[in-house]
Amino acid sequence: MFADFDFKVILNALPYLFLDGMTFTLTLTALAAVGGVVLGTLIAMMRLSGIPGLPQVAKIYVNFMRSLPLVLVIFWFYFLVPYIGQWLTGAERPIQVGAFSSSLITFTLFEAAYFSEIMRAGIQSIPKGQAAAASALGLTYWQSMGNVILPQAFRNMLPVLLTQTIVLFQDTSLVYVLSITDFLGAASKVAQRDGRLVEMYLFAAVVYFTICFIASLLVRRLQRRVAIIR
Amino acid sequence: MNYNWNWGIFFDLSPEGTGTYADMLLSGLMWTIVTALCAWVIAFAIGSVVGVLRTLPSRAAQAVGNAYVELFRNVPLLVQMFLWFFVLPEVLPESWGTWLKQLPNAPFYTAVVCLGFFTASRVAEQVRAGIQALPRGQRMAGTALGLTTAQTYRYVLLPNAYRIILPPMTSEFLNNLKNTSVALTIGLLELTARARSMQEFSFQVFEAFTAATILYILINLVVVTVSGMLERRFAVPGR
Amino acid sequence: MRLKCLLPVVIAGLAVAPASAQELTGTLKKIKETGQITLGYRDSSVPFSYLDGSQKPVGYAMDICHKIVDAVKADLKLDKLETRLNPVTSATRIPLIANGTVDLECGSTTNNADRQKQVGFTNTHFLTATRFVAKKASNVSKFEDLKGKTVVSTSGTTNIRQINEYNTEKKLGITILPAKDHAEAFLMVETGRAVAFVMDDVLLASLAAGSKDPGAYMISADALSKPEPYGIMLRKDDAPFKKVVDAATAAFYKSPEGKATYDKWFTKPIPPRDINLNLPMSEPLQKAFAQPSDSPDPAMY
Repeated sequence: MFADFDFKVILNALPYLFLDGMTFTLTLTALAAVGGVVLGTLIAMMRLSGIPGLPQVAKIYVNFMRSLPLVLVIFWFYFLVPYIGQWLTGAERPIQVGAFSSSLITFTLFEAAYFSEIMRAGIQSIPKGQAAAASALGLTYWQSMGNVILPQAFRNMLPVLLTQTIVLFQDTSLVYVLSITDFLGAASKVAQRDGRLVEMYLFAAVVYFTICFIASLLVRRLQRRVAIIR
Repeated sequence: MNYNWNWGIFFDLSPEGTGTYADMLLSGLMWTIVTALCAWVIAFAIGSVVGVLRTLPSRAAQAVGNAYVELFRNVPLLVQMFLWFFVLPEVLPESWGTWLKQLPNAPFYTAVVCLGFFTASRVAEQVRAGIQALPRGQRMAGTALGLTTAQTYRYVLLPNAYRIILPPMTSEFLNNLKNTSVALTIGLLELTARARSMQEFSFQVFEAFTAATILYILINLVVVTVSGMLERRFAVPGR
Repeated sequence: MRLKCLLPVVIAGLAVAPASAQELTGTLKKIKETGQITLGYRDSSVPFSYLDGSQKPVGYAMDICHKIVDAVKADLKLDKLETRLNPVTSATRIPLIANGTVDLECGSTTNNADRQKQVGFTNTHFLTATRFVAKKASNVSKFEDLKGKTVVSTSGTTNIRQINEYNTEKKLGITILPAKDHAEAFLMVETGRAVAFVMDDVLLASLAAGSKDPGAYMISADALSKPEPYGIMLRKDDAPFKKVVDAATAAFYKSPEGKATYDKWFTKPIPPRDINLNLPMSEPLQKAFAQPSDSPDPAMY
């Protein structure tokens, strides 16, 4: 059945697949990872703070997001974000949010729930004595977090954060359900237009595999280095 | 907000003629649960074997186990769905492909197999971690007692390992449950797909998705409660 | 919640709009303020709105929308109006019009009374009935032949609703798979996952013509519906915007350019593979072009 496997279809589609599709996928992954880590760290700090109410709010948010399938969340946000924008800004009509911004908001908010669990473990991995020492030195909460706790937490958790980013990279393929042209979206558009789904889907799988496999090898190497220093 | 809320919509008849919109969502819930359970059986079986392979003394066995995990973990689930559903029947001998395509409920079987193989790679990780977390002395004690490798696994290592990994396995099961929604892309009428069709037929976007959200949270609560009971029941005494 | 405070504004807009064009509301106001208008396009609604060889959205409905954009630009006396494009599917188009992500949906959307409760439509640009496409080899020619078989339709369309209702009414036990878009649905038939694809006949004809082996497919003679109108979709309750759009489309359809644009997409080779659909303008559509109407009622045409 591989006899009529047509490499030319892949070759012709390469510029579109990578310039349009992969660029979208990588940009979305990078921005959502940064946004997700920042928001996730804030949520982790809320969860570990002693301010009444905050830990509960953070916990509900995390458990809520983690109990929903990403596909459902993607639909939710694509339809809901403009109304939230309207509500936040008090505008008289829903705020216009494009496909990219909407996906970015979705992935940032969704992945933040997962990143926050990683950061919570990271913060808790730092001995309590360090926070106590920082406050004894007269550092404020934010100074001690920013200069003492978080840098170490990030370093300890870097491999796990990166592994989660690889998962995020794979998850972005789900924007397919909105007909957005990410890498898989581009591949499926070519597949459907040219009737070459065997070639395109196998090629997409190979590309995803190569990227994720190499990335996870690098993460493992990093993990060993971090472990030795510690 | 310029949106006409209508919470009574759930009691309206859906155009499919099989009942109300509420029935439609509940049938979606049923498919979600059935798919998740069937996929879990495959995932648990393959995942255990692959996990054990990765801890065996044999290099070849480890390599096979590692290759399996790397392969299924590094390709997005959605791409795997497409490979099983669209690509596999085309690369098989034609008569097999035709048979596969004409199976009734093909999206269901495809989703179960695909999710099963995918989740197995994650279960394998947990099983391996569980076995490796056991003190080395246990394996040695098994050998000293004259047990074969198979007997050591069956009577010593696995019963302990499964107990330790019950909490991470719960979260893998929940992931598996949520991942069934990816199968809507190949036509499985699970809960998210049903919420989407309800939105299309009734135009009540937010009611449909709210109901689906609540149902997902409810199954999560049920699973977490049941697994909490299992954990207490099977806790390793003294740990 | 905000509907109540918006309502007087909309009503005031309705009353005042003809007198003073300065008091802009709704979509027109937004377009003027942002200098942007967003068109929703489809992946594979050939030849209405689809991706050409270089994956740019083109088509009959896209041409009409660009005409509307020109008219809006002239009406608002703007020097520059940026046109943004946003992909939509049958399932996402109505919520995305409602939530303001797209201003005009340029595709193959059936204008019916049910949908008019949610969104607005401008004048009809095509008429089509629900039929199905199947491989000749599968020996199905009428809707009754689909009994007990698996068929596919695109989710979010009027067609999937009709086949569901038909299936229930006649108790045929058809399994109906929802697909994300027309190309995916056609793929299901092409690969044998479904026996038939139930859709608007014009889209079926275009998909079959563009397939690897056009001769292998047939389109059912019997239809599930009367020819129903297609319209460009816009937000509901936005009378000033609709007025501009209606005037633009009416003028366009009545002019020779309207007919020429129709011919360009339906009687001449179209990208990406230079297929000629050979569908000269039907008599009811000629009438609809002479007297543009946004009526959802098939009996009107």
